[in-house]
Amino acid sequence: MPQQIVIVGGGVGGTIVANVLARKLDINEAQITVIDATGSHQYMPGWLYLPFNHSAGIELSRSERSLLNSHVKLVVGHVSQINTQDRELRVLQTGERNGNGRGAKGNGDAAGMTAVPYDYLVLGTGARLAPQDLPGLHEAEDKWQHFYSLEGALRLRSALDTFQGGRIVLAIGGIPYRCPPAPLEFVFLLDEWLEHRGLRQKTEIHYTFPLNRVFPIESVAEVAAPLLEERGIKTTVFFNTEAVDTERQVISSLEGEELPYDLLVMVPPHRGAQVIENSGLGDGQGWISTNRETLEVKNVERVYALGDATDLPVSKSGSAAHFEAKVIASRIEAEVLGEKPDPKHGLYTGEVMCFLETGHNHATQLVFDYEHPPRPPRPSLYYHMEKQLFNRAYWYIVPQGLV
Amino acid sequence: MSDTLTVDKEIDARGSFCPGPLMELIRGMKTLPVGGTLAVLSSDPGSLKDIPAWIAKAGHELLASEPHEGYTRFVARKAR
Repeated sequence: MPQQIVIVGGGVGGTIVANVLARKLDINEAQITVIDATGSHQYMPGWLYLPFNHSAGIELSRSERSLLNSHVKLVVGHVSQINTQDRELRVLQTGERNGNGRGAKGNGDAAGMTAVPYDYLVLGTGARLAPQDLPGLHEAEDKWQHFYSLEGALRLRSALDTFQGGRIVLAIGGIPYRCPPAPLEFVFLLDEWLEHRGLRQKTEIHYTFPLNRVFPIESVAEVAAPLLEERGIKTTVFFNTEAVDTERQVISSLEGEELPYDLLVMVPPHRGAQVIENSGLGDGQGWISTNRETLEVKNVERVYALGDATDLPVSKSGSAAHFEAKVIASRIEAEVLGEKPDPKHGLYTGEVMCFLETGHNHATQLVFDYEHPPRPPRPSLYYHMEKQLFNRAYWYIVPQGLV
Repeated sequence: MSDTLTVDKEIDARGSFCPGPLMELIRGMKTLPVGGTLAVLSSDPGSLKDIPAWIAKAGHELLASEPHEGYTRFVARKAR
């Protein structure tokens, strides 16, 4: 009997696990199913460029089916419950397309709910925006801006289109959030864009950050802080946003400071997926308690988690999910074949590799793991070009698990 | 090694460079009730300065900084 491997979430991590396992395991050994809520795979890093119309040539989405190995079954639907005792999911199916006519057998009921059993489960359920977690945000969704969704980035582009000058404040609405460098990148790109529009002299950019420096990693903060100063971008550190008053146009921090704004760009608060909370697998904010090396979900068997969904102390980024996916695929392959996990490829070492755009066609690169802090090179055209190349090459090499 | 205080929640942030131990501590504090206690393990030498500074700035209470082999265990109480 082939083992049922079910992957929840067709983001970068889930897609790589599915494709790598489809290549490694014979169809008689495993049936692989990806369950995704939309069936559309998003390239989220592209959203950063949208407000500035810098996204030309960057594809923002493709159908998940087109990225999956033909041996992988795709189910488009919402997972409403994960039962780790009976090893079964409850799925409200909204669409399905098989690869090669294979796939997990499910038992449907009258409500359109399907029971999907699994032998191995991978949770790549991601993060969701939770503006309700910050007082003042949820009640006034149209009175603040963000670039953490496609719709948000497009709305921010419209807001910038009509912006004629004033004070733009960037603030972090909650911790953790996806892509820690993104807020810094945003203000660097904003500075450049305002300059091109002839609005820079009329605009004050104010960057706030929750910690006592402009970025979590000291070596990166040491590169970024002088650049912010050079570009005339004001900074306030130790600013953990506590409330937003969209009527008075003021944000306040739990450290007791207030900042007025004309245009507010927030990193919205994030939470783990609702189904994680509903299934009792998360902490208070829906992040999955995960072993930092094996990536097994703690206290349950044959369940792995990766990417934004975990509670690991690594950045919530496609890069972390990418490296984690290789580890999970290696471990599941070994388990299905009755072998021991590979001591090298079967353990996650905290590896992350990402870029930090610093504007004016320059970028730097952050490479680190649990043992080695990043040593970012001086921002240069080279890393900007490398990032731009990656933005385009992504669709051909990453989801397939080729790199 | 000093005595180890028991806490309501413990976060192992050893080896965390991004987002880093202080970010993990702020995140953990958010999920605690007032009066709750939290421990964060950090192998980052910078935490010796950063973590007490934020706890003081945010008005919480640092109960202990316990030195261990290769890391420090910071214990804090949410005060407000």
